[in-house]
Amino acid sequence: MSEGAKGSVLILGATSLIGRATAAAFAREGYDLMLASPGGPELEHVTADVAIRTGAAVVSLELDARDTASHAGFVRRAVEAAGGELSGAVLNFGLGGDAVCAREDMSHAEEILRVNFVGAASVLGHLANYFEQRRRGFIIGVSSVAGDRGRQSNYVYGSAKAGLSAFLQGLRNRLHHAGVTVVTVKPGFIDTRLTYGKVSPKMAAAPERVGAAIVKAVKKRRSVVYVPGYWRLIMMIIKAIPEPVFKRLNL
Amino acid sequence: MRFGGAETGAAGARGVGSLANQRVWGWGRQPVGETELRRPERLRDLYAAVSGEGTALARGLGRSYGDASFNSAGTTILMERIDRYVDFDPSAGVVECEAGVTIDDLVRHFVPRGFFPPVVPGTKHVTMGGAIASDIHGKNHHKDGSLARHLLDFELLTASGDIVTCSRDENPDLFWATLGGMGLTGVVTTLRMQMTPVASAYVEVDIDRAPDLDRTLELFHESDENYRYSVAWVDGLAGGRSLGRSILMRGNPAPSGDGRGLDVKRRKERSVPKIFPAALLNRTSVKAFNTLYYRRHPRQARGAVQHYEPFFFPLDAARDWNRLYGKRGFTQYQCVLPYEGGRDGLARILEFVRRETRGSFLTVLKRFGPGEADSPLSFPMPGYTLAMDIPWRGAALESALERIDAIVIELGGRVYLTKDARLSAESLRAMYDRLDEWLAVKRRVDPESRFVSDLGQRLGLVA
Ligand SMILES: Cc1cc2nc3c(=O)[nH]c(=O)nc-3n(C[C@H](O)[C@H](O)[C@H](O)COP(=O)(O)OP(=O)(O)OC[C@H]3O[C@@H](n4cnc5c(N)ncnc54)[C@H](O)[C@@H]3O)c2cc1C
Ligand SMILES: NC(=O)c1ccc[n+]([C@@H]2O[C@H](COP(=O)([O-])OP(=O)(O)OC[C@H]3O[C@@H](n4cnc5c(N)ncnc54)[C@H](OP(=O)(O)O)[C@@H]3O)[C@@H](O)[C@H]2O)c1
Repeated sequence: MSEGAKGSVLILGATSLIGRATAAAFAREGYDLMLASPGGPELEHVTADVAIRTGAAVVSLELDARDTASHAGFVRRAVEAAGGELSGAVLNFGLGGDAVCAREDMSHAEEILRVNFVGAASVLGHLANYFEQRRRGFIIGVSSVAGDRGRQSNYVYGSAKAGLSAFLQGLRNRLHHAGVTVVTVKPGFIDTRLTYGKVSPKMAAAPERVGAAIVKAVKKRRSVVYVPGYWRLIMMIIKAIPEPVFKRLNL
Repeated sequence: MRFGGAETGAAGARGVGSLANQRVWGWGRQPVGETELRRPERLRDLYAAVSGEGTALARGLGRSYGDASFNSAGTTILMERIDRYVDFDPSAGVVECEAGVTIDDLVRHFVPRGFFPPVVPGTKHVTMGGAIASDIHGKNHHKDGSLARHLLDFELLTASGDIVTCSRDENPDLFWATLGGMGLTGVVTTLRMQMTPVASAYVEVDIDRAPDLDRTLELFHESDENYRYSVAWVDGLAGGRSLGRSILMRGNPAPSGDGRGLDVKRRKERSVPKIFPAALLNRTSVKAFNTLYYRRHPRQARGAVQHYEPFFFPLDAARDWNRLYGKRGFTQYQCVLPYEGGRDGLARILEFVRRETRGSFLTVLKRFGPGEADSPLSFPMPGYTLAMDIPWRGAALESALERIDAIVIELGGRVYLTKDARLSAESLRAMYDRLDEWLAVKRRVDPESRFVSDLGQRLGLVA
C-alpha cells in the first residue's frame, strides 16, 4: 500500500459516526488509515466511503472486542498491513447497550463490561506493548463522561468506562517514559445512534467535534479532553456533589 | 414531546432509539404530520426499523413539498445517515452509494474528479433515495431524460424484509414502480448511477428576455435543442399583454481553460430567521421584485460563464427560504401539459392563478423530452412543465387548485406528486392512466401495506 507521509493510524470502532469523523480528520492531516470493526457490509461500506471521500489509502481489518484471544494476532496483522509501522491508534469501539435490560439480564450487563472494559483493556494492552517498544506514537482511548460518576440510569456502561478511564490513566503514566502520548477522550452527549431517542438531538454535539478534538489532542499531546469542552465543567460540578446528596438525585 | 428511547431503551425493539410523536412537514411547511422518527446509522439498524409491527416510510431531506415524506400512521425513517459511498469506477464514471448520499455530497466529491450528477433538481439538498422515489428531472430533461435513464440498478428493502436488486433486467416491474413510487414500494438502500463527465465546473449561459408567453414558447422551440440546460423564469404576476413574460436561461457545459477549473465553491448559506414576518412577502413586494428582475436582464446576452452553483442551485443561497412564507406555508403546483393544446393551457392557468389566488410568487417553465414509458408513476412526459409557488390559504386555495386540476386533466397532463399536498385520488387516477399497474406491483410486494405515507393515504396508493 502507498505510505502517507505521516504513516498509518489504526481506528478501532471505525464504523461509528465518531469513528468515521476521526478517520476523516486524520486523513486531512495526511495519514493513511486502517479501519477496524466486527466486519460485514458496514465495515466494507465505511472503508470504501472513507477512501472515496478523503483520497487516503485505507485498509480494513476485522476485530471483535470480545474475542480477547485474537487481539495479539490482530495487532500483529495491523502492524504488518501498515507496512511495518503504526503511527498511532484510536480505540473508539464501545457498546451503549440497554441500561434497563442490563438490570434484569446479567448476560447483557456482562456483554457491556466485556466490550467496553475487558475487550478495550486487552487490545490496548497489546497496542501499549507495541508502542512502548517503538518509543513513539499515540494511543487515544474514547471513554465517556459516564465513567466520571456512576448514575442510576446507566451505571453498568458507566462503570466499564470508569474502568477504561483508569486503565488509560495508568497507561499514560507508563508510556510517558517511552515518549508515547496517551489521551483519554471523554465525550459528553454526541449526536449518534447511542443517544438518539434518549437526548434531544439539539443538546448533542456533532460527531465531527470528536474527530477534530482527537486530532488536536494528538498535536498538543493532551492527557484528558472533554468534548465539547464545557463537559469538563459540568462533570467537575457533578463530581463535587457529596454522595449523601447525589444518591437522592434522579440522574 | 416525549423521547421514545427513555421508555423503550436505547436498543429498543427496533435496534436503535426513536423519538415518538414528532411533528414533521415537507418543504411547503404544510400539512403537518405527527410520527415516530428513527434515524438508523447502520444497514442493520435500518432493517430492524422496518421489521416488526407497524408501518414505515423512508424520508430523505424532506425537500418534497407536501406530505410525501412522512407517515403519521407509524414510523418515519430518516435516511440521512445511511450515506456511505460504496464504490467509484473513474474509468466508467459509475458511482455506487447508499441512498442517504445527497446531491450536495456528490458534487462536492466528484466535480473535482471531473464528474457531475446526471440529473440535479433546483436544490442540492436532496438524497439519492428521494431522487429515485420522485424520479427527478433537471434543466436537461429535454436532452437527457429523468434520473431513471442514468441509474444502473438499486437495492430495495421490501416489506418482506428481503433486499431485492432492481434494474431494467432484474425485477424490472419493481424498478419502474419504485421510480416515481414515492417510497411506497420499500426503502432504497444502495444504488449505482452513471455520472456525467465534465471538463469544468462552469456553464456557458445565454439569456433571452421574452415579453410574453408566445415569444417564450417560440424561443423554446427555435433553439432549445442547442442547449443541454434550459429553463425559463416567468413573471407569474404580470397579466394582459405581458402574461407569460419570462427570462430564458439556457446553457451548455463550459470547456476548461481560461481559469475555468473543476472547483467547488462553498458558498456560505444565509439563514432566514425562524420567525420571518411573512407579511413582507406579499403580492405587491413580489410584483415589484419581478418587474425589477425582468428589467435587470438584458434583452439578450450570450456566453456568460457561470459556476454550476448559482446556475443550478440559485435558491440554496438562503438555506431556509421556505420560512419566508410564514407559519401557514405554501404549496408548489407543478404540472406538465402535452405540447398539443399546451400553449393555451399555460395561458389559462397563468391567468387563473393570477386572478384567483394570492398569485404565484415564483414561476418556472421548461420543456420536457420523452418520459419513461415503463414507469407508471414517473412524472415527466413530452410537453411544457409549469411550477408555481403559491402561499397556502386553506380551503379557498384548494378549490382554486382543483379547477386547475380540471384544466390539466382536460389537456391530458398531470401533476408532480413530489410537489403535491392536496390532489384528490380521483384526479390522480385521471392523470396517471397506468395507476392500476403500479397498484398491482404495490399489492404484490407489500400485500399488508407496510409502507405508508400521508400522501399515499390521501391518494389511495396504500390499502
Ligand atoms: C428548491 C427546490 C427545487 C426543486 N427542484 C426540483 C427539480 O428541478 N426537479 C425535480 O424533479 N424535483 C425538484 N425538487 C423536488 C425534490 O427534488 C424532490 O422532492 C426530492 O424527492 C426530494 O428529496 P429528499 O431527499 O428531500 O426526499 P424527501 O422529500 O424526504 O422524500 C421524497 C420522497 O422520497 C421517498 N424516499 C426518500 N428516501 C427514500 C429511500 N431511501 N427509499 C425509498 N424512498 C425514499 C420518501 O418516502 C418520499 O416519498 C425541488 C425541491 C426544492 C425544495
Ligand atoms: N454518542 C455519545 O454520546 C457518546 C458519549 C460518550 C462516549 N461515547 C463513546 O464513543 C464511542 C463511539 O460511540 P458511538 O456513539 O459512535 O456509537 P456506535 O455508533 O454504536 O459505535 C460503536 C462502535 O463500536 C463498534 N463495536 C461494537 N461492538 C463491538 C465489538 N464487540 N467489537 C468491536 N467493535 C465493536 C461498532 O461497530 P459496528 O457497529 O460496525 O458493529 C461501532 O464502530 C463509544 O466508545 C462510545 O462509548 C459516545
